[in-house]
Amino acid sequence: MANHTVASAFAALADPTRRQIFERLAQRTRSVNELAQGLPVTRPAVSQHLRVLTEAGLVTHQRDGARRVYRIDPRGLEMMRAYLDRFWDRALAAFKTAVEGE
Amino acid sequence: MTARSVPPIRKELVVAATAERAFQVFTDGVDRWWPRQHHIGDSPLARAVIEPGVGGRWYGLSQDGTECLVGKVLVWDPPHRLVLAWQITSDWKYDPGFVTEVEVTFVAEGPKTTRVVLEHRDLHRYGLAEPSYRKSIDSPTGGWGFILQSYAQAAAT
Repeated sequence: MANHTVASAFAALADPTRRQIFERLAQRTRSVNELAQGLPVTRPAVSQHLRVLTEAGLVTHQRDGARRVYRIDPRGLEMMRAYLDRFWDRALAAFKTAVEGE
Repeated sequence: MTARSVPPIRKELVVAATAERAFQVFTDGVDRWWPRQHHIGDSPLARAVIEPGVGGRWYGLSQDGTECLVGKVLVWDPPHRLVLAWQITSDWKYDPGFVTEVEVTFVAEGPKTTRVVLEHRDLHRYGLAEPSYRKSIDSPTGGWGFILQSYAQAAAT
């Protein structure tokens, strides 16, 4: 497994189309065709977005005959860790302000 | 990804205050720095609380009066060290059977200079079990929905 960074996960989800794809995969597994049907982008564009999401460790896929079925990476660890990392950055910045105030 | 390959979150900062004050603001003064947008209740956060002493509860008090537990105090050693149990699962619910640890140490480096080191560990416990994962993705406001929102906010700033 690639060494996914927090930054790449954030960057991947900063794009609204990718976020939409991610949300649709959160509902259930889908093929590229199924994803493309509900989105105003071409099938190759969806594939490209899926590649970015996969590289960011957010999405994974498995083969079902000739087609690939995509789903959210169920481990979710990196996402949770990324979220908490941001959380503590924000909290500790506020903590520093509170400690040094007055 | 194996459990052991999930590194802890580690943050370090230096504050212009005594260790006593830093410890006091972190605990008794938690309401002054706790990020408002991270409240897990349905109603907005009125107050964040860390009760003093081992076993003290760590919670948010909603404006509608409900308490939303975050965890509890595991080690209380003012003004040097504090260990808290963070018991919020990936579907954004308090779970008494789920524990990750947040350790905070306060090291005096001068009369009014303190190094604060925070470590949030045991994050491998967020390896999502299938049932909880199912539940969380079905919830538009909790779990993944919440995390997505946070991502969006963070990405936009």
